[in-house]
Amino acid sequence: MANSTSTLKEIGTELTPAPPGHEHGTMTAWIQDLIFTVDHKKLGFMYLGMGWLFFIAGGILASLIRLQLAVPNNHVMDPESFNGAFTMHGTTMIFFFAMAMVFGLANYVVPLQIGARDMAFPRLNAFSFWATFFGGCFLFLSYVAGPGLYGTGAAPDASWFAIAPLTSRAFSPGNNIDYWSLGLLISGVGSITGGVNVMVTIFCYRCKGMTLYRMPLFTWLVLVTMFLVVMFMPPLSAAQIMLVLERFFGAKFFEAQAGGSPVLWQHFFWIFGHPEVYILVLPAFGVVSEVIPVFSRKPIFGYPMMVAASVMIGFISAGVWAHHMFTIGMDSFSITFFAFATFVIAIPTGIKIFNWLGTMFGGKLRFELPMLFCIAFLFQFLIAGLTGIMLGCAPFDWQLNDSYFVIAHFHYVIVGGIVFGVFAGFYYWFPKATGRMLNTRLGLWHFWVFTIGFHLTFDPQHFLGFLGMPRRIYTYQAGRGWEFLNMLSTIGAIIQGIGAILFIVNMVWSARRGKIAGDDPWDAWTLEWTTSSPPPEYNFEQLPEVRSRRPLWDLKHPEDPDWKFE
Amino acid sequence: MLNNQYRYSLATSGLGRRWPLSGFTLAAFGSLLLAASAARAQDSTIRAIQNIFDPLSAPAETLYQISLLVLAVCAGIFLVVAGLLTYAIIRYRHRGPEDDREEPPQVYGSAAIELAWTVPPILIVVMLVLVTARTIGEIEHPKMPDTAEEIRIIGHRFWWEVRYPKHDVVTANEIHVPLSDRKNRVPTQLILESADVIHGFWVPQLNGKKMLVPNYRNTMWIEPYATGIYLGNCTVLCGQQHANMLIRVIVDQPDVYQKWLESQKKAPDADPQTAEGQRQFISNSCGTCHTIENTRATGTFGPDLTHFSSRATLGSGVAPNDDANLRSWLHDPQVLKPGCLMPDMQLNDRQVVAILAYLRTLK
Amino acid sequence: MSTEPYAAAETEWQLPSPRKVGIILVILTESALFTIFVVAYLFYIGKSLNPPYPREVLEFPWLGSFLLFSSSGTVVVAEQRLKKNDLTGFHIWWAITMLLGAGFLIYTGTEWYHLIYHDGLTLSTNLFGSTFYSLVGLHASHVIVGLLLLGIILVASLTGNIQHRHHEHIEMISWYWHFVDGIWAVVVTVVYIIGTQS
Repeated sequence: MANSTSTLKEIGTELTPAPPGHEHGTMTAWIQDLIFTVDHKKLGFMYLGMGWLFFIAGGILASLIRLQLAVPNNHVMDPESFNGAFTMHGTTMIFFFAMAMVFGLANYVVPLQIGARDMAFPRLNAFSFWATFFGGCFLFLSYVAGPGLYGTGAAPDASWFAIAPLTSRAFSPGNNIDYWSLGLLISGVGSITGGVNVMVTIFCYRCKGMTLYRMPLFTWLVLVTMFLVVMFMPPLSAAQIMLVLERFFGAKFFEAQAGGSPVLWQHFFWIFGHPEVYILVLPAFGVVSEVIPVFSRKPIFGYPMMVAASVMIGFISAGVWAHHMFTIGMDSFSITFFAFATFVIAIPTGIKIFNWLGTMFGGKLRFELPMLFCIAFLFQFLIAGLTGIMLGCAPFDWQLNDSYFVIAHFHYVIVGGIVFGVFAGFYYWFPKATGRMLNTRLGLWHFWVFTIGFHLTFDPQHFLGFLGMPRRIYTYQAGRGWEFLNMLSTIGAIIQGIGAILFIVNMVWSARRGKIAGDDPWDAWTLEWTTSSPPPEYNFEQLPEVRSRRPLWDLKHPEDPDWKFE
Repeated sequence: MLNNQYRYSLATSGLGRRWPLSGFTLAAFGSLLLAASAARAQDSTIRAIQNIFDPLSAPAETLYQISLLVLAVCAGIFLVVAGLLTYAIIRYRHRGPEDDREEPPQVYGSAAIELAWTVPPILIVVMLVLVTARTIGEIEHPKMPDTAEEIRIIGHRFWWEVRYPKHDVVTANEIHVPLSDRKNRVPTQLILESADVIHGFWVPQLNGKKMLVPNYRNTMWIEPYATGIYLGNCTVLCGQQHANMLIRVIVDQPDVYQKWLESQKKAPDADPQTAEGQRQFISNSCGTCHTIENTRATGTFGPDLTHFSSRATLGSGVAPNDDANLRSWLHDPQVLKPGCLMPDMQLNDRQVVAILAYLRTLK
Repeated sequence: MSTEPYAAAETEWQLPSPRKVGIILVILTESALFTIFVVAYLFYIGKSLNPPYPREVLEFPWLGSFLLFSSSGTVVVAEQRLKKNDLTGFHIWWAITMLLGAGFLIYTGTEWYHLIYHDGLTLSTNLFGSTFYSLVGLHASHVIVGLLLLGIILVASLTGNIQHRHHEHIEMISWYWHFVDGIWAVVVTVVYIIGTQS
C-alpha cells in the first residue's frame, strides 16, 4: 500500500500489473502512458491537469486586467494588449478551464458511478482530449505570432464572442481572429466527440439494475450537459466556419456592405453561447447534488423532481439566447418572448435550490470542506440567479447590459457557482482518485481566502454597473465615480489569486503527503466508493448489481435498505 | 416640481454620495471652469456620476421604476432563501458524538411541499412578465409629439457623427439637446446608425442603451428634465479606442438651445490672420478626412470640424479642447489616443502653430 | 450491491447498442451543424445586392437527386443481401451504391464548374454565392466522408474481413448514408425550391 513517500507516478499504477516491457516508475514509462493512455481515469486527470494549467494562464491575464483598471488613466497595458487580455481571459477560462473541468470530472467519475469499466469508446476519448488540448495550445500560439511575445503577439482581441463585423478582415487585418476561430474549431471537435462518448457510455454501459432513475444525480446532470454539448456546440463551429470562409475566401456572411447582417453572427453565437453556460453550470449542480446529501446524512430531497428540473433547464436553455441581444434593436414581441423564457428558466433552477435546502433540513450537517464549498455555492448561486432575473427583465437590461453589472453577474455564476462547485468536487473526489485526503488546514485557508477575495472582487462590480461603467474598456477617466470600486475589485482579485494558489499547493502537497483516505472516507452511498482508492485500472473486479439509488447505503444498512422505499 | 426636487435629493443622498467626492469635486471644478469659458449661459454642471438610479429623463424614469420593482422582488426572494439557508446551517448542524449514533430520518421527498414551493415562483414570473411587457411597450412605442427634436447619430471608430436633419446642422461627439418639460413635452428622437462596426450609445441618466449596427437603423428617445452636461460611453467593443469613444449630451434651456443651433448654422468667415493655417490645413490633406464648410475640405472619414472650437473636448472626449492638448493632437494624435484612426500627419512645429490658430477661429 | 438475489421475475437487463446510440448522436450533432447553414441560406434569400441570382443560374438537380436517392435504395438492398449471406450480391449492390454516390459528386462538380466559369458565381460574389457554396459544399463533404466509409467496408469485405458480427457496423454506416440523403432532401427544398421563388 502507499507509504508517505510514494510519488505521484506510482499512484494509479500500484494495483495495476505492469504490461510486459513496461517498467514502473521510470520517466519514459510515465510519458508513454500519458500519450497513449485510453483509460478514462488517466484521461480525466489529464483534462483536469490541463484545466488547472489554463486556469493559471487565465488568472494571470485577469490580474493584468485588474492592475490596469485599478486606477484611472493607467498605463500598465496599451489598449491593444488589453483587448487581447480580456479576449484571451474569457476564451481560456470558458473553453480550456471550465470545459476541461466538466470533461475531466465527467470522465473520471461517471464510469465509476454507473458501474462500468471505462467509457464506451476509449480511443475516441483519448482523441477528444488531445483535440481539446491542441486547440488550447493553438490559441496560445497566438501570443508568439505577429509582432512576437514582447509585442504581445497576435492574440485575438475582439472579445470572447468575436463580435462581427469587428472580426472581418477590414477591421481585424492580422491573424488574431484566426487563432480564435481555428483553435476553437479544433477543440470543438474534441468537445463534441467527447459529448457523444459520454452519452453513449451512460445509455449503454450502466451496470445491472441501474435504471436511468437509479443513476446518481451527478451522472444525470452530466447526461443533460453532454446532450447540450452535442446539440449546441455545432452552431458555434458553423459560425466559426463561416467566419473563416469570410476572412480567408472573401465569403459574405456578416458583411454589411454586401447586404449581410452582423446581427446574424450574434444569433448564431448566442444559440451556442447560452446553452454553453448551462453546459458549464449543470455539472456543478451535479457535484452539489452529490455532496449535500452525504454531508447532511440524508438522501437528496425529491430525486424525481431534481431530474425533471435538470432536463427542463436543458430544454429551456435552448430558447433564451436572445436575452444577450436585448439592446440590438429587436422588435418588441421578440424582446418580450425572450424575457419571458428567461424568467421561466428561473423556475426549475429555483426548485433545485429548494430541493437542496430540503435535503439539509432535518439532517445532521457536517461542515467538512466539500460541504463548506457547497454552502458558499448556495449563497452565491442564489445571488447569481437573482442578478440573472434582473438582467432577464429587458428594460432593466437596457441599463445594465454591456456594463460591469453583467461582468459581476456571470462571474458570480462561473466563479461563485461553478468554480466553488468544482472545488467541492475536488475535495470530495480527490481522496478517491489519489488515495489521499486534501489537507484540511490548507483547505480552510483556501476556502476563506478565496471566498473573501471573490466577494471583494465582484461585489463592487455590481455597483460599477449601476454607475454606468461599460465593459471592455482599457481605461476610464477620473471623476466618474468608478475609482474606489475598481481599486477594491483589484485588491479582491489579488486575494482571490492567493486563494487559488493555496488550492494548487494543497493538491500538489496532498498527492504525496496527504492522509491515507481508504475506500470510503466520507461514508457515502454511490458506487465509486465501493472501489479502492485509487481504483484499479479495471474499476470493479466484478461489475456491480444495484437495486436502488444508493447501493452502498443498502449494503451498510441491510435492515433499512433504500429499495424498500423507493 | 416637488417630485423633481425629491428625486434630485434622492440621487445625491443615494449611491452618488457614498463614494469619496474629492476626485469628483476636482474634476467637476476643472470642467466647470472650462465649460464656463466655452459657452454663455449654458448650464455647465457636468453630470459625471451617471447613476442609473438617478434618472433625469422620462424613459430613464420608466426604467428606474421597473428596476426598483425587480430589485424589491429579488431582495425579498434573497431574504427568504438565504434566511432558510442560514437557519438550516445553524439548526441542523452536527452537534457532537451523540449525533453519530444514528442517521437522521431518511426523508426522500414530499410532493405536497414540492408543489407548494413551485407555485409562488410561477406567480412571480407571471407578474414580472406582465410588467416587463408593458414597460417594453412604453419605451419602444412612445407617442412622439410634433415638437420632438430629431438627431441622427452615426457611430464611427472612434467618434460620433451628429446630424440635425430638421436644421441642417452637422457636428461631432457633443450632442446638444433641448430641455423638456412635463407639461409641454420636447422629447428628442435619436436615430442610431453605424458607418463601420457595431457601437453602443449609453447615457444612463437619459435612457438605457441601444446598439448602432451597420446596415440597420435603430431609434431611441430621450426627454431630459434637467439641464447639464451628461457623460456617456460607447458600450460595444469597436477596437482599440473603444474606451475613449465618449459621449457628451448637453441639455440646454430651449432658448440657449436655439442660440446654439443658430451659431452652428453659420459658416465661419475666412479670417485673413489665419489664412496660412487654412492653407496648411488643405495642403496637408486634412480635408480628405475632415469637412470645414465654405472651404475645399470635404472629407467625411473624420469628424466635421466647422465648429470645432465650440466643443469642450477633442478626440471624442479623450482630452479637454485646450491649446496644449490640440498641439499634442496635431503633432501626433497617437499620443493622446493610441490606436485612433487619425495617423501622425508628420507636421512640423510651424505647421502645427498655424493650423492651431486657424482651428481656433472655427467657433 | 443487493443483499438479496436479483428476483428471477425481473426482466433481463437490456441496454441499447452503443453503436446505434453513437450513430444517432452523430446524426443529431451533424443536423445541428447543417441547421445553421440552412438558416443562413434562408435568411439571405433575396438579399444579395448583385447578380447572379438563384433563379437565373440554378437548375433543379433532377439527375443528381435521382442518383443520390437511389443510392439509399441500393444500400438497403445490399444490407438485405448480406443478411441472406449472399456476399457477392452484397458486394455488387454496395459497389453500385458507391458508384451512385460518386455520380452525385460528379454531377455537383459539373454544376459548380458551370456556375463558376460560365455564370461567375463564386463564394465571394454575393450572399447567394456564400450561402450556396457553404451549404452545398458542407453536404458534398459529408458525401465524400460517406463514400470513404463505404469504401472501407467494401475493401474490408473483399479481403474477407467482414463477418456476420459486423452487421451492426454496416448498419451504422448505412444509417449515416441515409442521413446524408436526408440532408440532400432539405438542401433541395431550401436551395432549389424555396430559394428560387423570390
